[in-house]
Amino acid sequence: MKKKPIIAMFLFGLLLIPAVLASCGKIPAASSSGGEGFNWLLNVISQLSSGIWASLMLFAFTIIFSMPLGLLVCFARRSRFKVVELITKFYISIMRGTPLMLQLIVVYYGPYYVFKIPLTPQYRTYAAIIGFALNYAAYFAEIYRSGIEAVPKGQYEAAKVLGYTRAQTFMKIVFPQMVRHVIPPVTNEIITLVKDTSLAFAITYIEMFTIAKQLAAAQSNIMPLFVAGIFYYLFNLIVSFVMGRIEKKMNYYTH
Amino acid sequence: MKLLEINNIKKTFDDLEVLKDISISVEEGEVVSILGPSGSGKSTLLRCATMLETMDSGTLSYCGESAVTEVDGKSVYAPKVQLKKIQNYFGLVFQNFNLFPHYTVLKNITDAPIHIQKRQKGEVVEEAMSLLEQMGIADKADYYPCQLSGGQQQRVAIARALAMNPKILFFDEPTSALDPELTSEILKVLRFLASEKMTMVIVTHEIDFARNVSDRVIFMDEGYIVEQGKPEDVIDNPENDRVRAFLAKVKG
Ligand SMILES: Nc1ncnc2c1ncn2[C@@H]1O[C@H](COP(=O)(O)OP(=O)(O)OP(=O)(O)O)[C@@H](O)[C@H]1O
Ligand SMILES: [Mg+2]
Repeated sequence: MKKKPIIAMFLFGLLLIPAVLASCGKIPAASSSGGEGFNWLLNVISQLSSGIWASLMLFAFTIIFSMPLGLLVCFARRSRFKVVELITKFYISIMRGTPLMLQLIVVYYGPYYVFKIPLTPQYRTYAAIIGFALNYAAYFAEIYRSGIEAVPKGQYEAAKVLGYTRAQTFMKIVFPQMVRHVIPPVTNEIITLVKDTSLAFAITYIEMFTIAKQLAAAQSNIMPLFVAGIFYYLFNLIVSFVMGRIEKKMNYYTH
Repeated sequence: MKLLEINNIKKTFDDLEVLKDISISVEEGEVVSILGPSGSGKSTLLRCATMLETMDSGTLSYCGESAVTEVDGKSVYAPKVQLKKIQNYFGLVFQNFNLFPHYTVLKNITDAPIHIQKRQKGEVVEEAMSLLEQMGIADKADYYPCQLSGGQQQRVAIARALAMNPKILFFDEPTSALDPELTSEILKVLRFLASEKMTMVIVTHEIDFARNVSDRVIFMDEGYIVEQGKPEDVIDNPENDRVRAFLAKVKG
């Protein structure tokens, strides 16, 4: 049941490409024939492709680092030690309360301004990943925290009476239930991340949207931006589909 | 042999003195029912006895082994290793079951014996199946708790506690979350356990059940034990006025 609308939307997304193509055909500057419109599209896509790759990489590394880091932040936020809790709270509020773009700029240019460490293109990539991971970890931490708090106190008590240690209780009893609770908000966050990768332009990290903008400017044509938009859309459909599958898989029990 | 011995337990939440001075001992094979009005501290007493709550003063021991001793009028808990061992002596069945929703019935029962008590898997599963058989729900072994009725869930919870082979089992209002029909299911199970000489301490509002099944009834009020003795005496001929008033109200 759930699959079908996703597939339909995916096809719809794909259909948008010829639609863009057709409309390109109508733009005098672009072409006079449909075949040329198609060539134009292939050209745009091939120029976008390095950017698509950069966006995907940023996305993948952000997920790989921020999701586990979020769990650590979540533990720190729930720490028994007031100092740790307060520091973590502050960290989360900064990450959530200031623009991601600004955070990226601080991570990238910070070392240069403070320590006079020369900027390298390689560090630009690292800075983008670090900035995104730190920011998203804060959001994931809060999502995990709400997931943990949704596990009833009785679960901990039952586990304690049965002799589970605190670590065992978390690993075996709380964590699996938390995962289930957090899948919908985590899906939201991942979808936002797909689109947020475009913010990396702030530190001139060349990703898909940056290239699309350059193409649009060079061709005085908005269509490359549209093509980029379609890629974000298709990618998010895949995200929704995968997360939907995972969610369904986790639904083997209800409360 | 005394399985459980609690002496002069006191417990205060913030400014609220919930347990004022309670001593209980339970012999092997004994079935003890605890009655009393809401808020009298029955659950708190069980929670202190099962170490879900830390007591302020008083002592606690199982099978002659000290879990809590008293130093200068304050409770002092035994080292972790000792508590870990004592933990195996008792089990607790909750009012709202607290089964693990992400585990099947069988895994709910076998996980702790296998991974905590490190017993052999084959033997544990076999024992779990025979417990489920006794509870009349052997066919539900692969179900998840959410697929069971309340009465079935509570039977799983009882089987889960029994699978740890405790010497004494505590029940905190095991039937209060169930409707009358399911209540009688659970009471039947408890009667069966009593006939098997399982040592049990049961907090309950089921007066008839307490009279028929228990060897001793304890009546609590405002953090004290106000009366205890044979069920015939406490329930049919209470000496204390508050017990009499409570029973009159409950019996309707
Ligand atoms: N964790 C807690 N923090 C503060 N007060 C508590 C806590 N647990 C229990 N109390 C208070 O202690 C008193 C006794 O509670 P308890 O649950 O032991 O009563 P009870 O005899 O089990 O009642 P019932 O029959 O309603 O279950 C109540 O006034 C309750 O509000
Ligand atoms: Mg209670």
